Amino acid sequence: MSDICEETLGVGLLCEGQHDPGTPPAGLRRAPSGVDGLTTEHLIINMGPQHPSTHGVLRMIVEVDGEEIVAAEVSVGYLHRGIEKLAEHRRYDAVGTLMDRGDYVSGMMGELAFALAAEQLMDVEVPRKAHWLRSLASELNRLASHLVWYGTFGLDTGAMGQFLYAMREREALLDILEALSGQRMMFNYIRPGGVVADMPLGVTEKIRAFLSTFDMYLDEYDQLLGGNEIFQGRVKGIGTIDRQMALAFGLTGANLRAAGVDFDIRKARPYAAYPELDFEVPLGSTGDAWDRYNVRMAEMRQSARMIAQLIDGMPEGEHTAKVPRIIRPNAGEVYASVESSRGETGIHLISDGTEHPYRMHYRGPSLYAAQALEEILPGHLIADVVMIIGSTDIMLGELDR
Amino acid sequence: MAIDKFTGENSIAFIKSEQLFDFARRNSLWYIAFGIACCAIEGLMSASGPRFDFDRMGVFFRNSPRQADVMIVAGTVNKKMAETVKRLYDQMPEPKWVVAMGACASTGGPFREYPNVVLGVDKIIPVDVYIPGCPPRPESVQYAFIELQKKIAKRTEERLAARNS
Repeated sequence: MSDICEETLGVGLLCEGQHDPGTPPAGLRRAPSGVDGLTTEHLIINMGPQHPSTHGVLRMIVEVDGEEIVAAEVSVGYLHRGIEKLAEHRRYDAVGTLMDRGDYVSGMMGELAFALAAEQLMDVEVPRKAHWLRSLASELNRLASHLVWYGTFGLDTGAMGQFLYAMREREALLDILEALSGQRMMFNYIRPGGVVADMPLGVTEKIRAFLSTFDMYLDEYDQLLGGNEIFQGRVKGIGTIDRQMALAFGLTGANLRAAGVDFDIRKARPYAAYPELDFEVPLGSTGDAWDRYNVRMAEMRQSARMIAQLIDGMPEGEHTAKVPRIIRPNAGEVYASVESSRGETGIHLISDGTEHPYRMHYRGPSLYAAQALEEILPGHLIADVVMIIGSTDIMLGELDR
Repeated sequence: MAIDKFTGENSIAFIKSEQLFDFARRNSLWYIAFGIACCAIEGLMSASGPRFDFDRMGVFFRNSPRQADVMIVAGTVNKKMAETVKRLYDQMPEPKWVVAMGACASTGGPFREYPNVVLGVDKIIPVDVYIPGCPPRPESVQYAFIELQKKIAKRTEERLAARNS
């Protein structure tokens, strides 16, 4: 009977007396069927790569028992385009173009990580003004990136209004970044030795005009989404990554700080103008999605505070050191990292003294957050999946590289 | 079409059904929310944001391919992704159009040298409009939609002319 059934239907699942769901797809972990004593069949749901809430092209294979998730597998590689390999064929001042397209919502931080790594090999002294401009660009970009996260995180819950508000603020920020660097998203502004251009006239006024309303708007946005009882009910207590798990998975950025670990590269290994700035590192306590939300909102306030300090105290001087047209750094191996919007973005660079890097490793924080998803998703309901993915703020461009 | 008693003497217009459908299609180009890479932020998110506001042109996003008319291929398509792109295109109902947004979707762009990258999405699905830029500004995407509307109208006119001749 069962043989015929399997032959005709092609699946053993539907046949009487058979409860073995067959061999799982390669790489998929399977929880035992019927863990609760009832013989319910588990269902495998494929989510992505085309899904409006996976923030890119993440694919998740989720095994559910009723509405509860028993196993989740993250499948990556849908945006793998060889940034590390291509960097070996780019000149040092052009690798920034690839870094922009890695973490494409916060390109400045990627460029800065590469520039810091290359400068360690180049023996140049970066002028003070370049440091300040780098910090300014980074913080503006962090705001733009967090606003994208804020907007899409609300979309995941089903809210729409806050997305439009976040996009309005982001357009104002992109105008400033465009005036500063010449492009809206792919800047290639921070290069080894300094930044590509000095601050043009009028940008300071634009930033001041933006900051004059931003804090007020941010409070309003926080009320709009975080003050919403439905949102709180959906977000509180889900996706908890406690301190130990966060450290074990190598999480960085807001995901780590939401668990209460005080680690921020801007404080721990200061770079650019951050040693001279006055800011706080917001921390969470339990590490659930609600804490991650609050940490990011508080980070936006700190960024706005830093931008005000940066434009007030902008030093005079050169915007870049004297670097040769074709950069040939000394041979060696270095690592430099920055605190990007998502965590530690690091560049491990090996140079053999030619005009191209010999090898570049790009350490993006999203890959580690995506690994943690597999661990935290089981036990949650299907509806919580998009919320948890949204709260970790992963960026597929740097995950797949 | 346009039967309106209050607008004057030319209140009744005679139009072929194809032109009527064409009019409706042109002005409600719904695109599938399928962002692959960087261009998705500009072409899908900023586009539906308040400044560029594509809704006023009837261009709106749909999350399912079965409800969409246009696919904006926004980003680098690699060999793992190509299968999904093709499958999504096949799931879209006819008539359907494709906009290749940005350098990557048109030719492979800055990642052209990498063997994993498909050299332009026209290798796997037919493309109607190409948008240059890396990434193109939302204004460019808007222009692409205007060009697509012209193209749809032109196709219908050509088909009607060929039948009448």
